[in-house]
Amino acid sequence: MSEDLGFLLALLLNGASIGLMYSLIALGFVLVYKATDAINFAQGEFVMISGLVVATMLSIDGMPLIGAVVAVIAVMIGFGFGLEKVVLRPLLGRPVVAVIMATIGLAAVLRGLSTVIFGGETRAVSLPIGDDPINIGPASLPPIQALGAVVAVLFFVAFSWFFKKSRMGVAMRAVADNQQVAQAMGINVERYFALAWAMAGIVSALGGIVWGSMLGVDVHLALVGLKVFPVVILGGLDSIGGALVGGLIVGLVESLASGYLDPYVGGGTKDFAPYVLMILVLMVRPYGIFGKRRIERI
Amino acid sequence: MLSINNIEVVYDGVILVLKGVSIEVREGAITTLLGANGAGKTTTLKAISGVLHSERGEVTKGTIQLAGQRIDGMRAHDVTRLGLVQVFEGRRVFEHLTTEENLIAGGHVRDGQSVKAGIEMVYDYFPRLRERRNQQSGYLSGGEQQMLAIGRALMSKPRVVLLDEPSLGLAPMLVEEIFAIVDRLVRQEKLSVLLVEQNASMALTVADHGYVMENGRVVLEGPAAKLRDNSDIKEFYLGLNEGGARKSYHDTKHYKRRKRWLS
Repeated sequence: MSEDLGFLLALLLNGASIGLMYSLIALGFVLVYKATDAINFAQGEFVMISGLVVATMLSIDGMPLIGAVVAVIAVMIGFGFGLEKVVLRPLLGRPVVAVIMATIGLAAVLRGLSTVIFGGETRAVSLPIGDDPINIGPASLPPIQALGAVVAVLFFVAFSWFFKKSRMGVAMRAVADNQQVAQAMGINVERYFALAWAMAGIVSALGGIVWGSMLGVDVHLALVGLKVFPVVILGGLDSIGGALVGGLIVGLVESLASGYLDPYVGGGTKDFAPYVLMILVLMVRPYGIFGKRRIERI
Repeated sequence: MLSINNIEVVYDGVILVLKGVSIEVREGAITTLLGANGAGKTTTLKAISGVLHSERGEVTKGTIQLAGQRIDGMRAHDVTRLGLVQVFEGRRVFEHLTTEENLIAGGHVRDGQSVKAGIEMVYDYFPRLRERRNQQSGYLSGGEQQMLAIGRALMSKPRVVLLDEPSLGLAPMLVEEIFAIVDRLVRQEKLSVLLVEQNASMALTVADHGYVMENGRVVLEGPAAKLRDNSDIKEFYLGLNEGGARKSYHDTKHYKRRKRWLS
């Protein structure tokens, strides 16, 4: 195999695994948007908080990894529930802009509080999976990226099943479709809102573990949340499959841009290439690749 | 079965929409509520089903009782649990869900095992829905969507159904088909129905008892047969003149006839 092809393969593999890890975070965003119509600008901060919690847990002597994982999931479920109750429920029935502003404010508050509570230094989340790259053909993959990709895929399968096959999932989609009618069908809408936020919490908990382990945990971890936007806009704000595909596209575009364009322009293309693509896609399909189309009967 | 006793409804804390409305819905019968646009019919239904809360409306006076239990002030999802369900005006199916998923969502208050049986029952009443079971409901025809809206409501095993304008925007033949099914449901499932309609002649044909609303008040009530013979109803709702003949625009009136109940 030629060296060029090997290089391409390495870029693709790296891009795909990073992309899947983006999808994992985007999934939290999509779950909330799907059920509650709220655009959560604090998704990155969710991930940051869970990274911080995991890092703190693991720094306790004798804390087994599994204990830390269970603890952070529990904390993030509670966090999601609490947030819905305290911040979002009072905004129910208000204009969408109010909710957006609330989550933007929340993001700032969370970043500020995190340095106050957890301190400003970068912490490490060390998972017992080693550092030796996994070789796949001519390319290789850091084990944390492989783990992240696997976790992301597992979550996608689980949530797809949940929304398609379980009664709770169908009820949640009904809530997303029309809140007032869902209520009249005996569905406790507020409980499903809380559930959506809690599910976003669970996803963020896992996101915090894999991203925190890869990048180290401090306030800057919240920046991965910014990547959520090209992902969900490419895939469609309310589509789970779209989050998966959108994540993959963003990851691959980033990786290919940094591999092939950076040498010519001196670097940095990976940071804006996904946004360029996002704008292009928006011109053709304003609702994303898999987004819900507004249904118009004629 | 359902008694509404002198209720007042206020929106946003200031706008008085219903000014003392009393309605009795008897068990196993169809009661109809007629009136012009803006008379307060839909608000009455929303007050009963409890969805008023999500529109910042509130029942400020009077009581609503379902089989003796007070339900005014209750949340919509709790009211549905007690066996009262509203079918909204304009169908309002969950567009992005398939027909069958709509029914599953409608059966939310049931226990898991009985959902399948419920769906089968709905398909037996509305065979067209069975053919469309896996289709996205937003793309069903208007008549099919209305059937789905009624079927979805049935999934909650209601004792009382509030039907808001089921004939809206449907071809006359479809309207008859749907009303025939509603009639069968009332008899076979022992349902009590409160029917809001613009199509007064249809409503008074299927209903047992009727109320007429104007400006947030009930202005007339009586057995459907009697209302059909009332000269004011004929004139203002059925479009007939005193003799019972179809009104013609050739004999233009020279004065505006005053509704008798206003004096």
